[in-house]
Amino acid sequence: MRAAVAMLLFPVLALAACQREERDTRPQSALGSGEQPTPVTTLEPGGQRPPASDNKAASFEANAFHMSEGKRLFGWFNCSGCHANGGGGMGPALMDQKWLYGSSIESIHATIRDGRPNGMPSFRDKIPDDQIWELAAFVRSLSGNAPSSAAPQRNDDMMAHPSENRMPDAATLGKSP
Amino acid sequence: MKRLVSMAFATAGALLLQGCAGWQSALDPKGPAASELAWLIWFFTALCAVVWVLVMIALVVPLMMRSRAQAEPLAIKAGADDRKLRAVMTAVGLTAIVLIGLTLLSFFANRTLAAIGSDAALTIRVTGHQWWWEVRYEDATPSRILTTANEIHIPAGEPVRLLLTSTDVIHSFWIPSLSGKLDLIPGHMNVLDLKADKPGVYRGQCAEFCGAQHANMGTFIIAEPRAKFDAWWNDQLQPAATPTGDEAKAGQDLFLKRPCVMCHRIGGTPAGGTVAPDLTHIASRQTLAAGTLTMSRGNLAAWIADPQGIKPGSHMPVVELSGDELNAMVAYLEALK
Repeated sequence: MRAAVAMLLFPVLALAACQREERDTRPQSALGSGEQPTPVTTLEPGGQRPPASDNKAASFEANAFHMSEGKRLFGWFNCSGCHANGGGGMGPALMDQKWLYGSSIESIHATIRDGRPNGMPSFRDKIPDDQIWELAAFVRSLSGNAPSSAAPQRNDDMMAHPSENRMPDAATLGKSP
Repeated sequence: MKRLVSMAFATAGALLLQGCAGWQSALDPKGPAASELAWLIWFFTALCAVVWVLVMIALVVPLMMRSRAQAEPLAIKAGADDRKLRAVMTAVGLTAIVLIGLTLLSFFANRTLAAIGSDAALTIRVTGHQWWWEVRYEDATPSRILTTANEIHIPAGEPVRLLLTSTDVIHSFWIPSLSGKLDLIPGHMNVLDLKADKPGVYRGQCAEFCGAQHANMGTFIIAEPRAKFDAWWNDQLQPAATPTGDEAKAGQDLFLKRPCVMCHRIGGTPAGGTVAPDLTHIASRQTLAAGTLTMSRGNLAAWIADPQGIKPGSHMPVVELSGDELNAMVAYLEALK
């Protein structure tokens, strides 16, 4: 009996290994508009407005493939030119706890897409929307806002911080548990 | 019936052997390195086959000639031990001679291979990317340094030195009809010398699994007479042709305004990205997407419209373009000869 159960369990476990993260490399162009406005503040006269969320955000936020693609694009598009691998230089640091324009993936997406005052250029029409989401997901992981099991590993360059999967969790950063 | 079967066998054999010829076959050498290696492998195979046959004979013959059960199996036979010792020592001696001989052969073959590029006049830096080849022709004059992709032009009959490296994962450079394979390793430079005896087009293939589109990472070596090679180099150094006609002009405009410009370079325009193939003279190449598609207007359009359909997982994203925009883009790229 026990042997039979073990025999059954083995293929089930082996098949479980076939389960892998979905990689959507061919986005539906109808979904790729990325025009959803993102508020930079939650302050609103007469009470808080509902937080805006994009239906794409969830599929990029904790996805290991998209985050590692974002890491590659971060280098390719020379984000380091201003942000120095997240350590900050001409542009703000991306690895700390306080975010000037919000730390949600939607806010970061909006920052890359539309630009921000004082130097962040707009990459609208220059980077396909899905790749902006990938960049946003990666940039978020720089401050530990990503599960370490999904965050990209192994830095190929000199980095201002440990690799993203070894970053302290931003939610508990600087606080005692 | 019997004739039919024998004919089928003959046809199958002929078809199989046909796979050994052509522009991508290590058994069809077209350069000194490849012929040296081909000769070596044939000799090794033949000698090992002879050794195997001898061993089989030595094994099977005594088994066939087994004598009947002896009356006194434990009786000591005079001279038997000496005979066995002689046989074993002869076998050991022959093995040593064969091993030393093959080692020497391989050593001298290596020396021949190493000597091919000792006076190479041309140095080409080949960088492997997922999943294409960056080819940079070095020159003492900086303005004559040339970067192209996927196609390697070399002068025929002259040794060429290739410097191999990679930017992402380990790839392997292999032009079977010209030379053996050598790895491209990130952060490390490997040197491969090769020579093509005669003008011709030789296909190569990445020979180290490097990710989803490893199988679609082909390359071509195009060996030309020296004069033709020099003319080609001078042509490639020219900036891209200025588009004529409204459609091509609109295409250039689009190229510079859309995501294309983030990754690709087109000489003579503000497009300066270097993370993807240089497109300055893309239409002069024979293939598209590292040997995946032949160069044609239709294939260009198909590749731009849906790169992920042709090479799933490749780093070229799907860029949203309307039909008119796609036509304009293709008209522009098609003119980049």
